[in-house]
Amino acid sequence: MKKDKTQKLRSLFVGIGLIAAAGLILAGCPSQQGMMDTRDAAQKVYVAPGEHDEYYGFFSGGYSGQLSVWGLPSGRFLKVIPVFSQDPETGYGYSEETKPLLQTSYGFIPWDDSHHPHISQTNGDADGRWIYINANNTPRIARIDLQTFETKEILELPNTGGNHASSFVTSNSEYVIGATRFSIPYEMDLDVPIDSYSEEFRGALSFIELDPETGMMNMGFQIIVPPYNYDLGRAGKGVSEDWVFFTTYNTEEAHTMLEVNASRNDKDYIAAVNWRRAAELVRNGHGETMSAEYYHNYYEGNQGFAINDVKDQVTVLTPEDGQEFIYFLPTPKSPHGVDIDPTGEYIAAGGKLATVIPVHSFSRMIEAIENRDFEGNVENIPILSYDATIAGEVENPGLGPLHTEFDGRGYAYTSVYISSEIVKWSLETFEVVDRIDAYYSIGHLMITGGDTKNPDARYLVGLTKTAKDRYLPTGPKQNHPAQLYDISGDRMELLLDFPTIGEPHYAQAIRADKITQNVKQIYEMEENDHPHALLRIADNRVERDGDVVRIYMGSTRSHFRPDNIEGIRVGDTVYIHLTNLEQEWDVVHGIAVKGAQNSEILVAPGQTKTLKWEPTRTGIYPFYCTAFCSALHQEMQGYIRVSAADSDVSLAWRTGTN
Amino acid sequence: MTSIKNLLTTFIFLVLAFSLTACGGEERADRASQPDTQEEGLTEFELEHGIGPITERITLDDELDPEKIEKGRNIYEMKCEMCHNMQGRMVGPPLAGVTETRTPEFIMNFILNPRENIDRHPIGQALLREYLTQMPYQNVSEEDARALVEFMRDYDANL
Repeated sequence: MKKDKTQKLRSLFVGIGLIAAAGLILAGCPSQQGMMDTRDAAQKVYVAPGEHDEYYGFFSGGYSGQLSVWGLPSGRFLKVIPVFSQDPETGYGYSEETKPLLQTSYGFIPWDDSHHPHISQTNGDADGRWIYINANNTPRIARIDLQTFETKEILELPNTGGNHASSFVTSNSEYVIGATRFSIPYEMDLDVPIDSYSEEFRGALSFIELDPETGMMNMGFQIIVPPYNYDLGRAGKGVSEDWVFFTTYNTEEAHTMLEVNASRNDKDYIAAVNWRRAAELVRNGHGETMSAEYYHNYYEGNQGFAINDVKDQVTVLTPEDGQEFIYFLPTPKSPHGVDIDPTGEYIAAGGKLATVIPVHSFSRMIEAIENRDFEGNVENIPILSYDATIAGEVENPGLGPLHTEFDGRGYAYTSVYISSEIVKWSLETFEVVDRIDAYYSIGHLMITGGDTKNPDARYLVGLTKTAKDRYLPTGPKQNHPAQLYDISGDRMELLLDFPTIGEPHYAQAIRADKITQNVKQIYEMEENDHPHALLRIADNRVERDGDVVRIYMGSTRSHFRPDNIEGIRVGDTVYIHLTNLEQEWDVVHGIAVKGAQNSEILVAPGQTKTLKWEPTRTGIYPFYCTAFCSALHQEMQGYIRVSAADSDVSLAWRTGTN
Repeated sequence: MTSIKNLLTTFIFLVLAFSLTACGGEERADRASQPDTQEEGLTEFELEHGIGPITERITLDDELDPEKIEKGRNIYEMKCEMCHNMQGRMVGPPLAGVTETRTPEFIMNFILNPRENIDRHPIGQALLREYLTQMPYQNVSEEDARALVEFMRDYDANL
């Protein structure tokens, strides 16, 4: 007995020792807790009722497919902007106006996985006009107008499998970039064996031109590259503003069990692309036009139905010997992020499996190109020598460095996934100067005003992957956290920890005044160019054309006009075109019809939106305003009578005569 | 010892109670003492011509301007008719005859600044009691409000 007890005790001690040792190994160099006095922290994030935050934060929704908007530093949730997923709350993707936005060459897709929002830039600074965001699964890029916080345009990318290295814009919003994370055969719908990977599969790097006035996208050209995984990208700045950079992994060209098979090479590459030169080559006829089917969805006027502009060709540029607009920079070990400092000189890579953070020098890269300091080439892409381009390696960065942003004061901040921390390092000495815990398993991070020439580096937001015990538990799946750090001093200090929406992979924050000055409060009725708008109230009516019935309806506090409708028949397709005639900020009306296999449709002041309804049974169908709009909101209702398919009840509508 | 403690507690309690009531309490009293209308807070001009951006008499030509009438009609049909008939009560009062009972400045101020006129002006408050609905601001410019006056003058001239 006694012996047993001792043995038990001994194994307990050994166990504790092992756990402690494992903890030490996992945590690496222990980070500081860095929580400032809670009262100081509370004061720093306190925004009094009625006061506004200093920054807008735009957080990608990840698997929600949307973009959420937050006030910083308070962490106030402001809004979800629906982008790639249907949103029954607003009717996005359910109304006839917005459904076409979600059309692709694969049909209507109600969902996607949105990753990297990026604000349009002028002279290397975020200008707050539009924000672009990528869809990873069915590759697309969306443009959101920051006057109305609405998705206005979606462009599908051909030849692409997993548009992950996207949607980063160049310094003057000349281009927004995309890339293939999963290389695929780039001839349309090519049916080949998977093990023909190295021969048949290729990557495509997309350069989408942006209209400087409207922000509209146009597929410029694609560069055809070796069959690697193109992971992340960034545009250069300042000295490097003519360049964009992409990380690659899987230079092993594995097509199965990448976890093992794509982790063998000591170094993969950063692809450095001189986009200005590539565009010039395309202009001079070096590109090749190939057939490809992809959708470009956008609005033609202020309002109306988004249209599907189906494209059937794309220009591709395949690197040829001597063209030299793209180079490979060897970079250790399946790099994830590639991040450019505010001067454009430093190119930091996050090698997921690397023990250091390699930092390339842009000027050394240019020198190496001039000196022809090449180690070889792949498919006419020169490979530069690592020693020739490297500026420094940051030692002891923790385990699993992923993404870096910069404060413009000479420091960089890298998220480190496995050891769950943020490390701050110097761009002068390439030494770690501070580190702080992240809760838990940090993915991306962002700095207010980050990824610009002039970061406004007051705060840093860490986007972490697991919440575990951070908040009140909400079952086996918890929402992903964000943590706000004060980075204005020498040491990073944790101020706030809040749950987010979806899984934010990246976020951007911009000084609020850059956006508030342009935000619209209403859609002016005078500018409503919707083809079915109710511009003259007396024109409210119901029209039949065969089985299609259109109801031209208006709303104001607190009634619909018309609100009694008869003569609808089973088998009809009914379109309710609701114009919200309000012209006051934030006075929204919605409409829902009993039994309609659709969501409600929410209509902003001055806007026209369309609810499609196909009644299947006879009866009386109440409809009502779904948004509490006024004291008499409960009175805001109506009835539609649905008669049998062969009924001769004539079309009639009225309001106000009982 | 206990009594000192008690005294201290009472003192703290009193200070707390005082500081709590100090904010808000007075304001409530103020509000309670407010008359139903704040007529005394309005200027002579506001009483007659409404509260808003129109602070001086405007001059109207005897001859009506057909362009303004047409413009005013379009605005009425787009932004007003949901709630106002020319003849007969709807959500709001009928508009026929309004240029005879109200000054043009009053009509314009009411269109340009409905909320304050409903909150503070005796006529606005009387209208609210009768119609139970607050007239919303419809993003009408001064120029457009002037056109609406012309449209209503024309309507009334032809009554």
